[in-house]
Amino acid sequence: MLEPNSKAASVTFDGVTKLYGSAATGVRAVDNVSLNIEAGTLVTLLGPSGCGKTTTLRMIAGLEMPTDGIVRIGDQNVTKLPATDRDVSMVFQSYALFPHMSVLENVSYGLKFSGFNKSETAQRARAGLELVGLANYDTRLPSELSGGQQQRVAVARALVLEPQVLLFDEPLSNLDAKLRRQVREEIREIQQKLGLTVVYVTHDQEEALAVSDRIIVMNNAVIAQDGTPRDLFEAPANRFVADFIGEANILDCEISAAGEGMATVKLGGYQLDLPRRDNPDGKSLLGVRPNRIIIGKAGASNSLQGRILRSTYVGSHLELTISTDLGDLFATSDDVDAPYAPGNEVSVTFAESGPVLLNS
Amino acid sequence: MVKTSHQQAFAHPTLLLWLIVGWAGFFLLPWYGVEDSIFTFTWMTEGYPTDDDVAPAFFHALGGRKIWLLPLVAFLIGPLFALRRDKSDPLHAKILIICGALGFGWLIAQGFSIGIRGWNFQWMASLFGPLEDRQFGMGTGAMLTASAFLFMLTQGIAGRGAVNGDIFVVGAIGFVVTIVAAFVFYPILNMLASAFVTQEKTYSVTVFFEKFTDRRLWGLGCFEGGRCGAAWNSLILAILVGFLTTALGLAFALVVTRTGFRFKKVLRALTVLPIITPPFVIGLAIILLFGLSGNVTRFVADFLDISATRWVYGMPGVLIAQILAFTPIAFLVLIGVVEGVSPSMEEAAQTLRADKWQTFKTVTLPLMRPGLANAFLLGFIESMADFGNPLVLGGNFDVLSTEIFFAIVGAQYDQGRAAVLAIVLLGFTLAAFWAQRFWLGKKSYTTMTGKGDSGVHPLLPNSLAWPVFVVAGIWTLFTITIYVMIVYGSFVELWGVRNTLTFKHYVTAFSMKLTDGGIHWTGSAWDSFWTTLQIAAIAAPLTAAVGLVTAYLLTRQNFAGKNAFEFGTMLSFAIPGTVIGVSYILAFNVPPIEITGTGIILVVSFIFRNMPVGVRAGIASMSQLDKSLDESSLTLGANSWQTFLNVILPLLKPAILAALVYSFVRAMTAISAVIFLVSAEYNMATSYIIGRVENNDYGLAIAYCTTLIVVMLLAVALLQLLVGRTNIGRRLNQSRTNV
Ligand SMILES: Nc1ncnc2c1ncn2[C@@H]1O[C@H](COP(=O)(O)OP(=O)(O)O)[C@@H](O)[C@H]1O
Ligand SMILES: [Mg+2]
Repeated sequence: MLEPNSKAASVTFDGVTKLYGSAATGVRAVDNVSLNIEAGTLVTLLGPSGCGKTTTLRMIAGLEMPTDGIVRIGDQNVTKLPATDRDVSMVFQSYALFPHMSVLENVSYGLKFSGFNKSETAQRARAGLELVGLANYDTRLPSELSGGQQQRVAVARALVLEPQVLLFDEPLSNLDAKLRRQVREEIREIQQKLGLTVVYVTHDQEEALAVSDRIIVMNNAVIAQDGTPRDLFEAPANRFVADFIGEANILDCEISAAGEGMATVKLGGYQLDLPRRDNPDGKSLLGVRPNRIIIGKAGASNSLQGRILRSTYVGSHLELTISTDLGDLFATSDDVDAPYAPGNEVSVTFAESGPVLLNS
Repeated sequence: MVKTSHQQAFAHPTLLLWLIVGWAGFFLLPWYGVEDSIFTFTWMTEGYPTDDDVAPAFFHALGGRKIWLLPLVAFLIGPLFALRRDKSDPLHAKILIICGALGFGWLIAQGFSIGIRGWNFQWMASLFGPLEDRQFGMGTGAMLTASAFLFMLTQGIAGRGAVNGDIFVVGAIGFVVTIVAAFVFYPILNMLASAFVTQEKTYSVTVFFEKFTDRRLWGLGCFEGGRCGAAWNSLILAILVGFLTTALGLAFALVVTRTGFRFKKVLRALTVLPIITPPFVIGLAIILLFGLSGNVTRFVADFLDISATRWVYGMPGVLIAQILAFTPIAFLVLIGVVEGVSPSMEEAAQTLRADKWQTFKTVTLPLMRPGLANAFLLGFIESMADFGNPLVLGGNFDVLSTEIFFAIVGAQYDQGRAAVLAIVLLGFTLAAFWAQRFWLGKKSYTTMTGKGDSGVHPLLPNSLAWPVFVVAGIWTLFTITIYVMIVYGSFVELWGVRNTLTFKHYVTAFSMKLTDGGIHWTGSAWDSFWTTLQIAAIAAPLTAAVGLVTAYLLTRQNFAGKNAFEFGTMLSFAIPGTVIGVSYILAFNVPPIEITGTGIILVVSFIFRNMPVGVRAGIASMSQLDKSLDESSLTLGANSWQTFLNVILPLLKPAILAALVYSFVRAMTAISAVIFLVSAEYNMATSYIIGRVENNDYGLAIAYCTTLIVVMLLAVALLQLLVGRTNIGRRLNQSRTNV
């Protein structure tokens, strides 16, 4: 068995920018990003396609060099160090297993270049294969394995080097839904058991919420928000994050001063008090999760008036679309027996905790 | 732990190595070229180290004579100061760049300035006064020192962070750029310049125009019963050959891939045969069939009771011979393209309600456009450059390539005219290249999705299949006839005159005697035969290596000036062999690179003539290897050289084999450049055969050709065995068959 990793190191970006092509016409794939990933944690880079996640990851690996800024691993400045000389390994989306080498040769590959002798190399490679449950597959060629098995070989190959940082670029996107859940749990388990620093790229928010200690949400080459899964879900920093993580109704509203740090939010005829979160008086945005919407009898005071447009029964709850003066709201209701039919008039209020004011 | 310099002294092993090489070149080895090969070590006994012919540079300079070599010492010592500095120290890179660049520059500058008659340029003589001393061509010492300076420079550039500071990659780029500059650009530019040289050795534009506007070049006399100029002849011939070979090649490619044709294997084998046939052999066979005493001519003449004519000599004969010789090339280009069109595109078209014919017309054919353009271009260039067939069959039909030859070797000996003709030829091929680019435009024709494509190609529509069958059938019969003629002809005593069978020709060419001293190679062909084998065996691996490294740089690395780099490495492809031949003898019969008359010039010409094919083969298969394979190797701690060795090369075996076979075969069958470069000592098979043909000794020529064909078949089989295969499992194998 592999020992817990004592070399796990932190990763720090200091104002890192990556420009592809010339300054005038090129693509700014990563724009002045600063971040800090603590040793021994699993941090996810999450964001829509093309937002710069892979580029960020490749700069940690040393496969791309930043145009500007400083990259540190542990206390060492590695900004100019090429991939070969960094103690970082990476699991590729395509797995990138060498097709002409057996599973064992693939896993031994990196060990060969790390100064281990033959028996140590074989021993470590076998331990790695055992860890991912492929001990009996050592002589097969990658093309003779299933997708999930190939994926595990790729993980083992990266793991056995006991790198300072382990990188994953959308490692599960080639697997089916069920396997995806299983493998991601295995990755998380190994990470925690060995105390690895892992940076994990995905565009799937559910995957990110499930495995991460922390999530860094990226959008348009910059960091949109950096926090724990709960932070992102319950206190999204802005409209983009609220929309991207989970589903949210985003509503225009008007705010005015209330008590210390609080604001009174006006939505048509409906008023409520919420933490201000540095929003100035005037027009603002309110984000409300579907499960924080409370549906009541039509005509209730201090509420929004609406009409049911659609009602879908999905087993554990109801999914409702409600038309109001502020636009259509998407709501869920646990009360699956409630007789909401299209055309029914209802009133809508929001739960006390849950709705948040968004910095636009 | 990040791997950084543990032991300072050995922090730069590559640098240390090149420094030692540089010193050895300067202090130990003969600086100028020696009579025999450097490895015979006879130079050791010829007054080494002080005699002028074999002295190392250091001893030349020590004697106080060639003092212009002395500054090099400084540039060889300078890098010692870089050796102890860390790679991240800016001074490390600075020292290497300065020493490398100045050393290399100085070496080149002195080489070109001082030649066999002292100063090479008038203004230098008037500036520095006359020079008593002189220099010969660079030898081993000079070459090693130059390489050392070059790689110092590239290490310095890498040290400054170019290409992620990768020493191997920057070094490889520097190496390829340097050799392409020396053996492609320099000779061509030198030749361009010599088109402007008058008999008094001064430059003049009028000389050029005088020769350029010659009637023998551009005359249109053939419309009035006379002769047309060589330029028009070449152009019209090349266009016809380009179109016809492309059409035929496409027909065969379609038969093989998209019909239920049962004898595909036969057809494939037949189309490969002409590739291992020296091009003019077809010309010879055509003479046997259609010449004055040819079988067909005789038969028709007897049958119709008319007198036999020499109708085949001229345009018709050359055209037939070239189409037969070059169709297989078009086929090989097109089969890859036809197979490469993703079946799912065609299947998609069919599900969108296109019938077979519409699918073919609207999807398949347009997607093959780049292949068609390439095939045409190849046919065009091959025809322009072909030397053997026009020589054998041309009669009064002058073409550029033969005219160039006669301008150089004939009684006229007119270098300027040869250069002008070569420029016209080069102009045509470059124009064709440009036209191809223009026609293809910026559209993307890539259909490789990278995902396993599992569909099947639809069959051809019937209206197309039949004509294609008929054409392929006729061609197949014709080709078989031609080859039967060749083999048969080699056993006939004197074709058309004495038709008795005999081994005479083989005996004359390849007899040997066993004596107690060993085997005596008494046949007249052995000399050129062994030379050819030797040169081809040396050139093939070098060509493949240079080609694949270049392909690796082009597909896998990003660096400033990559487009110019690609253009430079592909340029020699657009240059007809005849032009290469002329430019090489003009450039390399004087110092600093003086290799005319040696085997080296033949090897070098083959490398640069055939390198583009190696590059293309390499690019084709490397672009099918996902880049993440290299990257994962890099993140696993291998450097780029180890990655190249452990990951890329094993996966490239098909491309390596293709490049090796191609360059070997081409080196054995080439004639157009070779005819200028052979010497008494290094005579090649093809030029020997052409010599026999010119003496009307057809029997011997054909016997020799038959032998060559057999030898090449064996060699190809042997190469296949040597290179072997890389096992990558069944699934991947299936999708990679068409390399
Ligand atoms: N080698 C490259 N050259 C030019 N542009 C690139 C290159 N690689 C990525 N980009 C661009 O940079 C942006 C970010 O890409 P990437 O980091 O791959 O996004 P993702 O978040 O989907 O992984 C995209 O707009 C992409 O088009
Ligand atoms: Mg990505």
